[in-house]
Amino acid sequence: MALLKLTSPHAHSAQNTARVMQLVILATIPGLFALTLFFGWGSLINVTLSCMVAVGSEALVIRLRKRPIMFYLKDYSAILTAVLLGISLPPLAPWWIAVVGTSFAIIIAKNLYGGLGYNPFNPAMIGYVVLLISFPVQMTAWPAPAELYPSDMQVPGLWHSIQIVLPLLNPDTLSGVSETASGTIDAYTAATPLDTFKQNTGLLVDQFYKKELFFSQGTWAGLGWEWVNIGFLLGGLFLLYRKIFTWHAPLGMLLSLALCSVIFYDSGSSSSLGSPLFHLLSGATMFGAFFIITDPVTSATSNKGRLIYGALIGVLIFIIRSWGSYPDAIAFAVLLMNFAAPLIDNYTMPRTYGYSKSGVKSNKKRKEDQSDAR
Amino acid sequence: MRKIWNLIGGVHPPENKHQSVKDSVGSLPLPEKLIIPLNQHIGAPSKAIVAIGDKVLKGQVLANPKGVLSAGVHAPTSGLVSDIGDHPIPHPSGMSAHCITLIPDGEDQWIAHEGLSNYRDHVPEKLLEIIRLSGVAGLGGAGFPTAVKLNPQKPISTLILNGTECEPYITSDDMLMREHPEDIVQGIEILSYILGDPKEVVIGVEDNKPEAYAALKSYLKNTTIELATFETRYPSGGEKQLIQILTGTEVPAKGLPSDIGIACLNVGTAYAVYRAIVFGEPLISRITTVTGKACTINRNYEILIGTPISHLLKHNAFNKKNCSRLIVGGPMMGFALENLDIPVIKTTNCILAPSEEEFPSPQPAQACIRCGMCAEACPASLLPQQLLWYAQSKNYEKLEVQNLADCIECGACSYVCPSNIPLVQYYRASKGEMKKQAEEKVSADRARQRFEFQKNRKEKEIFAKKVQRDVRLKAAAQANKTSGTEGIIQAALDRAEAKKSSPEDQHSRSTRRIARFEDQLRSAQEKLESLKEGVTSDQHEQAKAAVEDAKIRLAEAISSHGLSMPISNPSETPDSASEAITRAQAKVTIQAGLSDEEKLCNTIVSLTARLEKATTRLEIAKTEGSEHIDAFTVAADKLKEKLATAEADLSKIRT
Ligand code: SF4
Ligand code: SF4
Repeated sequence: MALLKLTSPHAHSAQNTARVMQLVILATIPGLFALTLFFGWGSLINVTLSCMVAVGSEALVIRLRKRPIMFYLKDYSAILTAVLLGISLPPLAPWWIAVVGTSFAIIIAKNLYGGLGYNPFNPAMIGYVVLLISFPVQMTAWPAPAELYPSDMQVPGLWHSIQIVLPLLNPDTLSGVSETASGTIDAYTAATPLDTFKQNTGLLVDQFYKKELFFSQGTWAGLGWEWVNIGFLLGGLFLLYRKIFTWHAPLGMLLSLALCSVIFYDSGSSSSLGSPLFHLLSGATMFGAFFIITDPVTSATSNKGRLIYGALIGVLIFIIRSWGSYPDAIAFAVLLMNFAAPLIDNYTMPRTYGYSKSGVKSNKKRKEDQSDAR
Repeated sequence: MRKIWNLIGGVHPPENKHQSVKDSVGSLPLPEKLIIPLNQHIGAPSKAIVAIGDKVLKGQVLANPKGVLSAGVHAPTSGLVSDIGDHPIPHPSGMSAHCITLIPDGEDQWIAHEGLSNYRDHVPEKLLEIIRLSGVAGLGGAGFPTAVKLNPQKPISTLILNGTECEPYITSDDMLMREHPEDIVQGIEILSYILGDPKEVVIGVEDNKPEAYAALKSYLKNTTIELATFETRYPSGGEKQLIQILTGTEVPAKGLPSDIGIACLNVGTAYAVYRAIVFGEPLISRITTVTGKACTINRNYEILIGTPISHLLKHNAFNKKNCSRLIVGGPMMGFALENLDIPVIKTTNCILAPSEEEFPSPQPAQACIRCGMCAEACPASLLPQQLLWYAQSKNYEKLEVQNLADCIECGACSYVCPSNIPLVQYYRASKGEMKKQAEEKVSADRARQRFEFQKNRKEKEIFAKKVQRDVRLKAAAQANKTSGTEGIIQAALDRAEAKKSSPEDQHSRSTRRIARFEDQLRSAQEKLESLKEGVTSDQHEQAKAAVEDAKIRLAEAISSHGLSMPISNPSETPDSASEAITRAQAKVTIQAGLSDEEKLCNTIVSLTARLEKATTRLEIAKTEGSEHIDAFTVAADKLKEKLATAEADLSKIRT
């Protein structure tokens, strides 16, 4: 026995950081499954590519910083960032999109700020926004759900998808033959429900829903997308159940988004900005609510703070979606609120045991008392 | 049923209590020796009243409380006092303190003692004195002298008995409640009487102790004592937490439970009070849990205070090889031991010897991912992740704003942290540092105040003198006007008279001052000496500072005395010039002689101190068999030589 100088507590719960990250990665499976089901292999290819690049660039940076590589890789944080970014990218985007985005996220957004725990901005969202601004064409080319393909077109299989993402592997490209229509992503893209809805001019929501295939074929909020959102919702609920994060930020965001849309629904008139259900189950709403804004490093600290943080993100999302010119708003809203998180922290310190009002206030008061006494 | 409030935060680690409650409370054979620290409580160490070689009986007083915040110490069995001196005591820092070593004679013979047949016939003050002299101190962990707790400045409306025992592994209170429920209830009634029969008396027990609950319940039928039970959740047994659970009120920050009319005591303390009042038995034993997989037997024992932990372990088939660390207290707040020869004291509720697989060595800490699990667990509603951030950047101001001082060091945050960050360790270090800074500030403030005070006084003196002079001048002018030359002469004579007397006055005054300062210095040094027996470093620092202070003042007094030595001033009395000259010469020689002698005295004092140090160093070197013995010997010899010369010089001057 070593009579070591160890300090209390001596016991420790079974939880560890790597396990938390693994659970979050695990929880993306339902959403990822829905993405694959409706949009083909593209998302899985993105995720795989991103992970490879993330591990490579993380190892490189750690090496340059002369730290033990395995110790840091084992925390799974780089892989989680890669998975989240891979999911956000349009399926079937060219390979270098994932490479550029991921390496930017890991090297600049995460490690240049000091690594895990020190980055003020969500690395995956930084990667996404950099890509969106630099390569708007590639970044807005979402494939249509398989059900909406013209009858003469097939959903690209796995190998075909890989060839689309990595044209080098396509014999046609290699042999210099001009690209066939099916060899590029363009053949498969279509506007997302969010884009489609924005183009509504003059129709009542009901009429518009009937006219547009996306909505008439979907159940609640647009074919495919609604299920992707439900998938991420399920994953998120699982994480909540496992107490990986608290309900405050997601609920804050979803409630405020729903509330905004209720206010501007305008009972389904032609100038309606979309129903609550539409907003909740479109785009990256659920993914954002449970996987992006819950990133603990970059969000507010206290529960109250997280509630406010989430709610403000919800409002921002609604504003950008309705009046902005970008397809979806999660990334911008999250990054903007990352800025504001320290400020929120400043005003939402929980009341410490034994203090009558807010801890900060009574502390200030105490200080005043002290100076008075002097 | 009483309304129960929820504990804020908290964690639920594996309880691991079942191992040690299978058997009833056992007893162990007498150890070869008992080591009884004089300070087992918060406050001043008690003062030994026995000497080495004394034969004592069981229960005989070994040491009496010194001051209000103190408690007595008694012989746990009959035997011989073999040593009084420093010995390692159970303390997180592994420090040593004054202990009495007792060799049991095996007779276990009680001293005559007697309880009160009906305590309600006596005033509470009398009971308090008995409790104080019986050495009862909080048995729950901190060891606060019970008599002090029972004598609060504010009226008590709620008395809470803590039978929570929320730390995993520990079952000593549980077993006590199971085996002595009636005694505990009677103890509670005594406590209640002393506190002026508070409106409410509640015992709080976690719901993982149904046996203890049932046992107590059956004795509460004819009383007004309530028994409350609540969810098992660490740290519900923390005083502040328990108060919040049972009353929904919070102890104000930096305040005491009595500020909100609450007194909170451990059930073990109630039992000890019962024994002290009804049987006149001092606190000489306690129930301690010995548990952990590195011990084959896990059980509670009634253990004599002072029993070495090694004795306990020996009787529980302790497997040293399989033990990852040895903990006094529980796994959440206990501290690791470095020495097995440490005794069980009044606050030792558990000896935990976990195996490697139970408590493996801690994993290396990873970065804080700000997941907030720590904040969820914190019973004080702090933000441990923010505290960590500021502790790492040594931002003490922010730590204060974030109320680090209200952290109860329960360890819940470290327990849940997925990144294995030793949060509490950071907080302890920062708290220590902040305390030090605050003290430095206080002493700096004090010095400044002293300086300003002196400056002020000097200014006042000057001003007063000026006023006096003005008055005198005016009076003289007046006299001049009224009584002509006679008046002038009289005034001049008066003035001369006044001035003449003053140097002598001054001289005698300064002599008195020197004597007074010498006295002060001596008492300060004595205090410093007595403090060396243990206590905290800050008290020590204070005492040292006091000694330094006294020295400086003494030196000042001596030097000003030297200046006022020449009894009169030549210009004052109308003597002849030659006389003045001789006197001036004399003054010079006196001063020169004085300072020489003084110088020599100082040299001798410092040489003696250095020599003393050198000798102790030499002795240490000898016992350690150091290679520098020769060098030390030479150094000591040289110092001796110097000292001899200085002394010779001094005697020469003096003759
Ligand atoms: S539990 Fe640990 S990792 Fe999580 S916020 Fe607290 S200190 Fe950071
Ligand atoms: S040790 Fe302090 S900061 Fe940590 S949980 Fe306990 S009270 Fe809160």
